[in-house]
Amino acid sequence: MKQYSLTSKLYLLVVVAFFVNACATTQDVSVADESAQTETGVLVESDGVISITDDDGGASASAFSDEPMTAQQMLDQSDSILASRTIYFEYNSAKLSDETLSILEAHGAFIAENGNVEVRLEGHADERGSREYNIALGDRRAQTVRRVLLLQGASTDQIDTVSYGEEQPAVSGQTEEAWAENRRVELIYQVR
Amino acid sequence: MKLLFKYPGIILILTLMSASVNAALTIQITQGVEGALPIAIVPFDTSRLDVELPADVAEIVANDLNRSGIFKSMDRQKLPAQPHYSTQVLYPRWRTAGQEYLVVGRISQKSPGQYDIEFQLLDVLKQKQLAGYRIPVKKRGLRSSAHEISDLIYEKITGTRGAFNTRIAYVRSQRDEARKYILQVADTDGFNAQTILESDQPLMSPSWSPTGQSLAYVSFENDRPEVFVQHLKSARRSKISGFNGINSAPSWSPNGKMLALVLSKDGNPDIYTLNTTTKRLTRLTRNRAIDTEPVWGKKGKSIIFTSDRSGTPQLYQVKATGGKPKRITFEGRYNAAASISPDGKYITMVHGERGQFKIAQLEIETGNLTVLTDGTLDESPSFSPNGKMILYASTRGNNGVLFAVSVDGRAKHKLSDQTGDIREPVWGPYKLKN
Repeated sequence: MKQYSLTSKLYLLVVVAFFVNACATTQDVSVADESAQTETGVLVESDGVISITDDDGGASASAFSDEPMTAQQMLDQSDSILASRTIYFEYNSAKLSDETLSILEAHGAFIAENGNVEVRLEGHADERGSREYNIALGDRRAQTVRRVLLLQGASTDQIDTVSYGEEQPAVSGQTEEAWAENRRVELIYQVR
Repeated sequence: MKLLFKYPGIILILTLMSASVNAALTIQITQGVEGALPIAIVPFDTSRLDVELPADVAEIVANDLNRSGIFKSMDRQKLPAQPHYSTQVLYPRWRTAGQEYLVVGRISQKSPGQYDIEFQLLDVLKQKQLAGYRIPVKKRGLRSSAHEISDLIYEKITGTRGAFNTRIAYVRSQRDEARKYILQVADTDGFNAQTILESDQPLMSPSWSPTGQSLAYVSFENDRPEVFVQHLKSARRSKISGFNGINSAPSWSPNGKMLALVLSKDGNPDIYTLNTTTKRLTRLTRNRAIDTEPVWGKKGKSIIFTSDRSGTPQLYQVKATGGKPKRITFEGRYNAAASISPDGKYITMVHGERGQFKIAQLEIETGNLTVLTDGTLDESPSFSPNGKMILYASTRGNNGVLFAVSVDGRAKHKLSDQTGDIREPVWGPYKLKN
């Protein structure tokens, strides 16, 4: 969380107050999140708004929604596409479905835009077949995911890959359902 | 690329000194053989000893011979007499009892801690001695000497060298409180299990050096698969491959000078050989497919490996010095995890058909494939050093257990561990003569 000096917080308050006043008389509200528009056009709390807490524990101001979120904040949002961090695969396959592809493209763009973000791709396979082949299969899945991220502009030193094969299943059981949950790549983020 | 997350893999290395006397693995014969040779093994005479021995030699021998599927030892309660010398034997009594062979023996003390085991193998029908030996033994080596006796009896009667006095390595995975992976070595009857390495990250693919003095294996202790070699007696270990990407599937050449392994550092998993002295690396496959699980042919001249270059995993053979690989399995959609018989004539593998994975055997010259097991999730087959049995892992419910099956598929026994799930067995070589 960035630290703002008291003067710039006051400045911000003034600016916000000015806009709140301005907005009270117009229909346009300059928030990134369009859903915040109300009939009277008052600036309201919405998903696009961040609160900055003053160290004195006093006033809390709402920043503009075009103030960018930190990478950690974006990762912490439970309803964003970035919250999907496990990619699943068909049996013996490393192919991405259209849906998983778009999830990964969002991750790739996020990583590209945030140089302080690193991700570790952990590839896995279900227990059927030989263990060593499954290590290679888990790796193939992780590499497939990696390529999509790189295509979106992520850089190679932001991505690490490892395969656990069938050694670390998410669920145990000899059913199709259990196996399907184990054929996966997990995206594990770290923000520097 | 700097390491993102440093979870230090906690590892414990224990030397061979920390052996447990009790059986870590329990053995159950699940399939006997009709027409097995009836043999009576009379408890050896220990009356001249002033201490109780920690093992019952005759019982170890009887259990060994039973497990082979070739013999059926007589129930101790039904023995008509208890001779200890051939001169005490009344052959017609044993013939009436339906026995074809009889083993008698005695143990005497030479000096504190030093004993002599004498035994005689007798042919009941011909009424004569087939073999007689005296074996000096220290108390600590009693079980091993009993296995040696089993080997001598087995070879005398079948003509094939026995493999009872050998060891197996396997990985045990524990799922209580915290996940633990334990690499162990045990006798073929499940006794003397010794922990070689314990880790909180996965351990895989143990491979015996040709002399049985070291194990190569894959460890994830540094958060990625790397290959280590560990000398068993000293517990000295070193990382021999830690490149970027995958380092796995180590396999020793027959002369112990090279290790084949799988590296993905150049793009995708390929087979390489590493000279353990010069550290020189030679790349053997250059293919966008997955190439893995290399094993050496008997003379060290060729390598058999798994590749999915034709779409699904199949076995291929390539010259150890490099060249164009040749496909050798054509039946079934999935053939992987090869183990080569000691005479070089057979390969055992994981064979997948219609969604089930069983152990099969391929006769290299004829291409004949025989399915040996009836499980659905069988894996990791490994030949005994006499080529007569195949050890493999199977999933039963949520537990991994080991099975050993005779190569004709007729005899089978199960090895299970009460405390965990066991997998990745590899049968060690014949012990070196001291």
